[in-house]
Amino acid sequence: MRSQRLLVTVIPHAVTGGDVVQWLTQKFCISEEEARHLGAVLVQHGYIYPLRDPRSLVLRPDETPYRFQTPYFWTSTLWPAAELDYAIYLAKKNIRKQGTLVDYEKECYDRLHTKINHAWDLVLMQAREQLRAAKQRRKGDRLVIACQEQTYWLVNRPPPGAPSVLEQSPGRGSCAASRVHMTKRADFYKQEIEYCRRALGRTRVKSSVCLEAYLSFCGQRGPHDPLVSGCLPSNPWISDDAAYWVMNAPTVVAPTKLRVERWGFSFRELLEDPVGRAHFMDFLGKEFSGENLSFWEACEELRYGAQAQVPTLVDAVYQQFLAPGAARWVNIDSRTMERTLEGLRQPHRYVLDDAQLHIYMLMKKDSYPRFLKSDMYKGLLAEAGIPLETKKRVFPFSRRPRHSSPSPALLPTPVEPTAAGGPGGGDGVA
Amino acid sequence: MCDQTFLANVFGSCDKCFKQRALRPVFKKSQQLSYCSTCAEIMATEALHENETLASLKSEAESLKGKLEEERAKLHDVELHQVAERVEALGQFVMKTRRTLKGHGNKVLCMDWCKDKRRIVSSSQDGKVIVWDSFTTNKEHAVTMPCTWVMACAYAPSGCAIACGGLDNKCSVYPLTFDKNENMAAKKKSVAMHTNYLSACSFTNSDMQILTASGDGTCALWDVESGQLLQSFHGHGADVLCLDLAPSETGNTFVSGGCDKKAMVWDMRSGQCVQAFETHESDINSVRYYPSGDAFASGSDDATCRLYDLRADREVAIYSKESIIFGASSVDFSLSGRLLFAGYNDYTINVWDVLKGSRVSILFGHENRVSTLRVSPDGTAFCSGSWDHTLRVWA
Repeated sequence: MRSQRLLVTVIPHAVTGGDVVQWLTQKFCISEEEARHLGAVLVQHGYIYPLRDPRSLVLRPDETPYRFQTPYFWTSTLWPAAELDYAIYLAKKNIRKQGTLVDYEKECYDRLHTKINHAWDLVLMQAREQLRAAKQRRKGDRLVIACQEQTYWLVNRPPPGAPSVLEQSPGRGSCAASRVHMTKRADFYKQEIEYCRRALGRTRVKSSVCLEAYLSFCGQRGPHDPLVSGCLPSNPWISDDAAYWVMNAPTVVAPTKLRVERWGFSFRELLEDPVGRAHFMDFLGKEFSGENLSFWEACEELRYGAQAQVPTLVDAVYQQFLAPGAARWVNIDSRTMERTLEGLRQPHRYVLDDAQLHIYMLMKKDSYPRFLKSDMYKGLLAEAGIPLETKKRVFPFSRRPRHSSPSPALLPTPVEPTAAGGPGGGDGVA
Repeated sequence: MCDQTFLANVFGSCDKCFKQRALRPVFKKSQQLSYCSTCAEIMATEALHENETLASLKSEAESLKGKLEEERAKLHDVELHQVAERVEALGQFVMKTRRTLKGHGNKVLCMDWCKDKRRIVSSSQDGKVIVWDSFTTNKEHAVTMPCTWVMACAYAPSGCAIACGGLDNKCSVYPLTFDKNENMAAKKKSVAMHTNYLSACSFTNSDMQILTASGDGTCALWDVESGQLLQSFHGHGADVLCLDLAPSETGNTFVSGGCDKKAMVWDMRSGQCVQAFETHESDINSVRYYPSGDAFASGSDDATCRLYDLRADREVAIYSKESIIFGASSVDFSLSGRLLFAGYNDYTINVWDVLKGSRVSILFGHENRVSTLRVSPDGTAFCSGSWDHTLRVWA
């Protein structure tokens, strides 16, 4: 930091734009690009201001002189910038050099004149007093204070069209103190106490076990993550070729190898994939336990269905799967069956949860592992292919035409809504 | 002779215990009743009791919270970055803007992907909600809401409808139609009603249920067809700003974050808070589950993102850097959970290595704060929306 020569006045404690960038780069160990960005944002918020051309709050990474704003004017102090103060500032500018007010400032000045006319004498008096006091100072200090003020008002009263850095989302005012918290009544604390008591009784797992789980999850899924490992034949967003989506459409005859592998990661992955679920249903059919999966699907339909449908759906499920002598009777243990039948007297959305969980666990612990070991699955895995990488275009600047695809809103609604089903889009490549 | 002689002694049936006693007038909520002396005494001590209990309840809550922290700390035997030392470091990442969607006339506040992996819906401050095919950058539908600041929008799982809301305190569902003669606004269905602005909304596994979060401090689950409130979730001490549904097998929980610095996990069936975490130092703007469902990340105005593990019941990682001084407005994981993308109020997007805790990359491009960020359903790209009126798709 050295004293800068500004025209003929010497300004102490000033830095160049280049210095600011360098300081940020060294202090935070970041790249120059990031330092320039951070510096620019600091200038925009008025923490650093330019000494020359104080109209535009930009950081120029060269010899342009800058100075650090005094804490009095920091945005973070959250002092609301009052109309009276702004009026005094504009009046000072007007008095000091006639006609230096820019268009929008003139407009504001006139508007304020009408608005606080009753206090206008005070405004002019204050303005004159401040100017007189400033004359007592050295020219250098006067210039600095003028720049400080100008920056402060550029931040708090930006010219029309310029984005305001102080803008906040509604509901969250810029002043934290003005936020109204919910009144902390007795029931709020009672709720907290009850929660803490319950939480104290909870079983927790050791951190080492939990963290190891992340490592194995990320390791297993890494090759399947397009942003980490890329995807074959190519990432559609990069190559403009939708082939990847065609090959991985929700219902496709020949799933890719990676996709078939994923069915082995967890039971949930298998069920969430329509192709995987269909193959699993075939497998269960061979074992004469297909009704388990159908029952589970019917329960999902109940849980996520419309409220008005609940009684009808519950009855349908009961007739088809739970009633004695039902066409597709599911094998649930007697205790769960008793509880479920009891609950059916007053059917609600979650009345089949216990039974559904029982069947889900049965499939997960029993049928699913056998499916993974079966010839059927091994065959699917062997058949599944790995797509070839699209050759890079010879002329990288010629863009492939991007084909549109039919919107899912145009497709006819499927007859049997599945809980994890998705629309069949992305297959409109000519 | 004391003032008591002025009391008119009435003998009759006490309004509280109905016994035949000497009664005196008693005022309860500006209503005059006649109580016997015993009941009057009880009432006087009850009032005293209430003020005392508020203070004692507060201190009891504080001490229980302290005990809870102790219990949580007992099982914390290792840090994430220590365990992650043996994991291979990620290579250099080159991510660029692949699509820029221009068309909003004001700040973009929220966006969501369609399950077809290419369509998105976005909403902005001027009340416009637009559905795009972001692959071709064509606009497919546009609706103007009757309110400004549409802070929440969501795509239905079937791809046939969208939901949105904001300063109108409601969440409305619009079925998407390609019929030129039909005005989309005509078929609008008002589903949710809150007493303050809507900050977030999401469909559950089907088109028929919506979960909402609001500035009135509550979350709620609604039946779309009838608009009926199925369950409400109370417990936040201030505005709720974000929510995310758990990708679990039983599909029963969701997490919400709010201005009270708390992230709370709820049971959708009972409406109870199952777990709560309070380590952030400022408003939590965004929460997102880790793909396995065992953890979730949060982004906050305190310029950090944090990872909370649900089984260990504690915060396990903090993603922060000295040079990041602006709040994180939105976070999302890549498909494998290895990368965490976070959009910040200083117009940048930082990419974090979830396991090692280090920053992998910083992305520039937006000219105003990044307000929303979501990874596409198949993980091939992510989309960010900003106050600079544009959306960008990065890959």
